Amino acid sequence: MRPGGNLERRKLFDRFMLGLLILGSLLVVAPLVLVLGKVFLTGLSALNLAFFVEPYRPLDEGGGGLAHAIVGTLMMNLLALLIGGLLGLAGGILLSEYPDHPVNPFLRVISDLLNGLPALLKGLVIYTLFVIPMGRFTGLAGALALALVMVPIVLRATEGVLKLVPWSVREAGLALGLPRWRVILSLVLPSALPGVITGLMLGFARAAGEAAPLYFTAGGNLNLSFSLGDQVESLALTIYKYAGEPSPVRQEQAWAASLVLTLLVLAAGLLARWATRKR
Amino acid sequence: MKRALVAAAALLGLASAQVTLTGAGATFPAPLYTEKYIPTFSKLANVKINYQAVGSGGGQRQLLDKVVQFAGSDAPLTDAQMKEYQDKTGSAVLHIPAALGPVAITYNLPGVNELRLDADTLAAIYLGKIVRWNDPRIAALNPGVNLPRQVISAVHRSDGSGTTYIFTAYLSAISAEWKSKVGQGTAVNWPAFSSLANRGNAGVAGLVQKSPGAVGYVELAYALENNLPIASVKNAAGNFVKPSLASAKEAAEGVDLPKDLRLVNQVVNTKDPAGYPIVGMTWLLVFQKQEVTAKSREQAKAVVDFLNWVITDGQELNESLKYVRLSPKVVNQAKALIATITYNGQKL
Amino acid sequence: MEPVQTRSIHVSQSPLYRALGDRLFVGAILVLCLLVIGIVLVMGWQLGSAGSEALAAFGFWGFLSGSTWDPVQNIYGAWPFILGTLLTSLGALALAFFPALAVAIFAVEYAPRWLGSALSYALELLASLPSVIYGLWGLFVLVPAVRAVQESVYFWAADYAPFLLPLLGNPIGIGMTSAVLVLAVMIIPFAATLAKDSIALVPAAQREAAYGLGATKWEVIRLAILPYARGGILAGVILALTRALGETMAVVMVIGNSNKLPFTLFGPATTIPSAVINEFGEAQGLQLSSLLALGFILFLISGALNLLAAWIVKRMSVEGRL
Repeated sequence: MRPGGNLERRKLFDRFMLGLLILGSLLVVAPLVLVLGKVFLTGLSALNLAFFVEPYRPLDEGGGGLAHAIVGTLMMNLLALLIGGLLGLAGGILLSEYPDHPVNPFLRVISDLLNGLPALLKGLVIYTLFVIPMGRFTGLAGALALALVMVPIVLRATEGVLKLVPWSVREAGLALGLPRWRVILSLVLPSALPGVITGLMLGFARAAGEAAPLYFTAGGNLNLSFSLGDQVESLALTIYKYAGEPSPVRQEQAWAASLVLTLLVLAAGLLARWATRKR
Repeated sequence: MKRALVAAAALLGLASAQVTLTGAGATFPAPLYTEKYIPTFSKLANVKINYQAVGSGGGQRQLLDKVVQFAGSDAPLTDAQMKEYQDKTGSAVLHIPAALGPVAITYNLPGVNELRLDADTLAAIYLGKIVRWNDPRIAALNPGVNLPRQVISAVHRSDGSGTTYIFTAYLSAISAEWKSKVGQGTAVNWPAFSSLANRGNAGVAGLVQKSPGAVGYVELAYALENNLPIASVKNAAGNFVKPSLASAKEAAEGVDLPKDLRLVNQVVNTKDPAGYPIVGMTWLLVFQKQEVTAKSREQAKAVVDFLNWVITDGQELNESLKYVRLSPKVVNQAKALIATITYNGQKL
Repeated sequence: MEPVQTRSIHVSQSPLYRALGDRLFVGAILVLCLLVIGIVLVMGWQLGSAGSEALAAFGFWGFLSGSTWDPVQNIYGAWPFILGTLLTSLGALALAFFPALAVAIFAVEYAPRWLGSALSYALELLASLPSVIYGLWGLFVLVPAVRAVQESVYFWAADYAPFLLPLLGNPIGIGMTSAVLVLAVMIIPFAATLAKDSIALVPAAQREAAYGLGATKWEVIRLAILPYARGGILAGVILALTRALGETMAVVMVIGNSNKLPFTLFGPATTIPSAVINEFGEAQGLQLSSLLALGFILFLISGALNLLAAWIVKRMSVEGRL
């Protein structure tokens, strides 16, 4: 503190800085309001029943809906949740329950790395590892790429909540004569379940919005397909493709798809909050 | 357990009875393929076809990676590529034409309803030599038109594109400067530094539509479908012609194709006085030895059936979207090519 | 925490079960973890080895500094893409930094509890909205607005300061300005969340001491809190930067995808992820290798920055400050 400062002036400056802080905060909140407002307004007016039940149709037949993309998004993301969830849980358990394991330092570095790597690169690696050997784009490959998006999110969340479980729980289990793995699966995980689910939900929401890794893996498909062995469409991919289209019908579909994805993200966030608050 | 396996197989699409074909490539004919050919043929033959409009370059690459059964391309493979595909897969690639179409020059200049351009002006715009709409060279072509002082945004494709190939073939055919500085290809080193790029014909059309002052090149169907303004282009005879089914037909008439139907220089700069000078042919590329990409004989058969249908009955659909149909002579040439397709050495 | 129902757990007392169970469990977990590690290593190795052809053809520095990207002549240089990535990311960071810091300080130090948690939720939402939605919004809402502003600036410059024009570039809306703005919005939550957390960690004694000396609230923040929290703020900044470097969809939709140097303030530009998403689908041979080399450069940059941020966060949590 500079001695001899004029108190009046310092108070004025204090006010001024508060004003700046409020202004800065508004600058952060404003885009959120603008984006959400636009998505809701335009998306709502573009949403209709056909959007959910009809697959792609040519423009001269009305343009159809995005059922193919909704089905594809759900299929790929559920499988990705299974794979990515398993990998992330395994990593989280290793880091938290076996803190001295020699693999841990590597795993932690790799998980941090994976978290920051562009999703695009995750799609590239799946393209060379799976798509080329299999000889086709598949929903399966898309799900694998999305799983890579989920892994670090689930891993971090799992590690974090497992560490919150008091050691006394584990000690009690071990004292009862339970083997360590039963302690982890039957005592530690269940008591941290809300947090684990939160991690899974956040991973799911994040992956559902990813388009970049799907471009070279799922390939996209205008037909409605219920098979992950086919090429599969996704909502995020559709938004990217339709955003560039000059046709207003396609543009509206992109906004409607954005609304659906936004609702998914909001729901995941709220559910996650609710799950963690319950404790 | 067995039931679980069956369910898993069904999930992975291994047990589905219906034949599925996957194709990818050109966006130039994509409206024709996805809105006409595929819905019609699917109903007819009970074959599911998935065509992804990823650009001609993408189609070519995916064919080489063997992840699709056919590629759509409006750029024929070069001799070097033909050799590469042969070496890497052991099979030649066949070029089966599906349609011809004009590449329209579309623009976004509020208040300007008629615009005339020629190859040198277009080349100068895309070279970055003409940067404003009221440039004297554009004004000279458009007497009486009130051209704004706006900066020109030259829109091009960001992906490897057959439409780019046709457009650059046209510029190279006329502008020596373009030919030496940029050349012809599915993707080129775009010189103009106020140029914008987007993916696919639809992306270029969308970008032009959104950006005042922009000019771009798209297949005619994209400009018509979205009511974008279309410029007249000066042809070899000195006439300013708008792209249309009729003017493209004029240009396509009497074009001689080599035996393998690879028309390297496309249908540009026609001598026909009523012909539109930027017209391109679009092909379906398939491997002659279908076992390279087909997973089964049924799939290979479906490919052949689809090709045969496209060059015969399918042609009836071309004009509904303003694509030019193939001449009987070309159809016969294509039939002969399709007849050489084999699966594990057997004719199909 | 739910009370644990121990009675419901049945445990076989067979020695085989006891001996094998733990090993199998750890083994299974280990396999899964090694799988994750393996994939990331493969990713790096693959990008590096596939990109090595381009690096060998043009030389490492030659590739990095080359500014021509010509698929016809088969000459590839990475400089426009690297420059575009750095400019957009740093530009976004510069715009995002003060608002992010402001919201972090305001949420912790000034806002009532309900407002603070509302702000946290807003930040979470900003972070979790898919990037294609930002891209879509950017293209349809931001770009026209940016264009209107750019046009008036451009015409003013044309009349009064024509020497500025080459710097400004084409006022079309799509381009560098819009990309930077969209990126800034997208990375704010990453910088703000970590800053907020580290400000909240500052011990109360620190504040009280400063108040005790008669400091105003702002002086407390500036002298006692910000220096203490600078590690977390720095880590947040680095994370935000990594996020900006790798952002693909939102950028590719609004940046105009032109690799012609020099880039201008308004005009189109490009980034590494944009180049990959645009060209990967069709690239073959040397072009493919060059794209993967670009991917490798991105892998190295974002990998290094990420590890740096993780290291700072770890030090922060261990020692409380940097």
